[in-house]
Amino acid sequence: MTTVLQLQSLRKSFDRGGFWSKSDDRVAAVDAVSLTLKAGKTLAIVGESGSGKSTTARLAMRLLEPDHGEVHLLGHEITHLQGKALRAHRKNIQMVFQDPFASLNPRMKIVDTVGEGLRVHAANLSKKERVARVAEMLELCGVNPEVMQRYPHQFSGGQRQRIGIARALIVQPKVLVLDEPVSALDVSVQAQILNLLKSLQQAHGFAYLFISHDLSVVRHIADEVAIMFAGRIVEQGSAEAIFATPHHPYTINLLNSVPIAHPDARQPIDAVEVLADQEDVAQSGCAYRLRCASAQHDCATISAQALLAQQPCACIHPCIDE
Amino acid sequence: MLEVQGLTLQITVDGEPVRAVSNLSLNIQPGRVLALVGESGCGKSLTAQALLRLGEFQGVKKTSGKILLEGIDLDAMDRESLRKVRGGKISMIFQEPMTALNPVFSVGSQIVEVIRLHLDMNKQQALARAKQLLHDVGLQQVEQLLKQYPDSLSGGMRQRILIAMAMAGDPDYIIADEPTTALDVSVQKRMIHLLRNLQRKRNLGMLLVTHDFGLVAEMADDVAVMYAGEVIEYGAVADIFEAPSHPYTQALMQCRPEANREKHATLKVISGQVPAPGRWPSGCRFAPRCTKKIASCTQNDIALNCWQSPSGDSSISPSPHMARCLRVAELQ
Repeated sequence: MTTVLQLQSLRKSFDRGGFWSKSDDRVAAVDAVSLTLKAGKTLAIVGESGSGKSTTARLAMRLLEPDHGEVHLLGHEITHLQGKALRAHRKNIQMVFQDPFASLNPRMKIVDTVGEGLRVHAANLSKKERVARVAEMLELCGVNPEVMQRYPHQFSGGQRQRIGIARALIVQPKVLVLDEPVSALDVSVQAQILNLLKSLQQAHGFAYLFISHDLSVVRHIADEVAIMFAGRIVEQGSAEAIFATPHHPYTINLLNSVPIAHPDARQPIDAVEVLADQEDVAQSGCAYRLRCASAQHDCATISAQALLAQQPCACIHPCIDE
Repeated sequence: MLEVQGLTLQITVDGEPVRAVSNLSLNIQPGRVLALVGESGCGKSLTAQALLRLGEFQGVKKTSGKILLEGIDLDAMDRESLRKVRGGKISMIFQEPMTALNPVFSVGSQIVEVIRLHLDMNKQQALARAKQLLHDVGLQQVEQLLKQYPDSLSGGMRQRILIAMAMAGDPDYIIADEPTTALDVSVQKRMIHLLRNLQRKRNLGMLLVTHDFGLVAEMADDVAVMYAGEVIEYGAVADIFEAPSHPYTQALMQCRPEANREKHATLKVISGQVPAPGRWPSGCRFAPRCTKKIASCTQNDIALNCWQSPSGDSSISPSPHMARCLRVAELQ
């Protein structure tokens, strides 16, 4: 199967200090991230806030330029492209945002919002042709094309997210970057959008880079999963493998944190302890070791990057009880 | 007991008054957690705010109904006694830990303020109590924390501080509006355990407002499911999960990804969307989206009827299983 998007040891750091601070105190939001996305597949990036998953998405979209590493889209390196050259490649990678209320311009009619990509990437189309394409794409995404002269505020959250998807797909990209596309939606609407994404993928072969913190959604939609912690990938593999036999202590902790599905699975109240949050991130060795229950001395000296190059999990004491 | 009787709330949409909650009744009992579940726009948060008469500040008008705290009508209270009730008898935990704390006061002064408002304590005593409260909610290095300002704290820490503040006036009832929604998964579970622990230890009555059935499964004793401004199903948590009886509840539980474990299965959906206040259809408000509707569903208002004898733990007051559906008995 062909690789459509490849990220190679990406790093991106930001200034930690404020505007007035003189020090070059920088924090790596993303470090040593390598991912491969195949045509027609869904790769999910999972992690808590601050883990670098959205930064990774922005690097893939080339909304940000990495400090180090390479971004390959359909075999072309686009890591440092700018302006026109970059725009030519953007046709192949498009993005759907989390908040369907903030991501549509309230002053633009739906037909203009969805058709805007065509003005850039298919400038030779006449207005009539463009409108026809918009109507077709809205229909495909489950929005009645008759409403295209309306403004965003006249739509519900689910409808807006469908419009956001139509806007991304109208230039016929190969890769769609979806940053928490359903987390702002109600459960019943969330199911509609997930079904839509799935059927579009099956019919047209789009590849999805799917950013989410919701493990039940990821389990449903993803083929491959990468778990991020503190800017690095700590474990990756097929969705089946990650959910059935997670190895990294962080992945296991994450899976155990998912709320139960039925009240019968409730822990008895005397077993419920008041625990402090563990939010520490180690600056050397394994970043997770300060929170890890199975941490040992050598965790302070390992290179997670080197481990991940050899095995699917960046841990020297992985849990392997099947 | 904290009772809501026949509550009807009116909001203003485009200058027109419209009903957002209609004829809603609930009982919150000491030591029990009642979950109020529903999708956005169903009126659950408005109901929660009405319990403390907070909606009044945002132009929400109560057109009928009563809120009774241990039998006393909240409407009959003057400002001073209402202030004693807010935080002293009934506390609220808000959804957004990033905005619910005042950024220009230290954590310590915000908690001490609440304590001294409700309990007869001097500064020293209040400070000691603040430390104990922060410790109870699982925070460490409490001394230092009291001097910190909210912007230097993580979301999880802020939510714990909000919970500590809600406990500061030693209330009997807690209203928690989506207490875990804004938090990371890894922090959520700990927060759920903390809330359960406090609720049980202090025998608090809790109204848990949420859209998340996972949270309901973790915490609730009883469940009220809301749709378009009214309760459409009510029952013990085990009954709701074992035998959801209203077609809306059934559909809602089935469209969760958890309910569709088969890889690449198409998720069940509810077609259409929740009608906005002011656009509620007559008869059953769910009927336009219901796959099981019949002609008589849309003719008259449908009552919330008890259709199944109560089950579950018989040592505590049993919860009847009720549904607002004409066909409830035949559809089981």
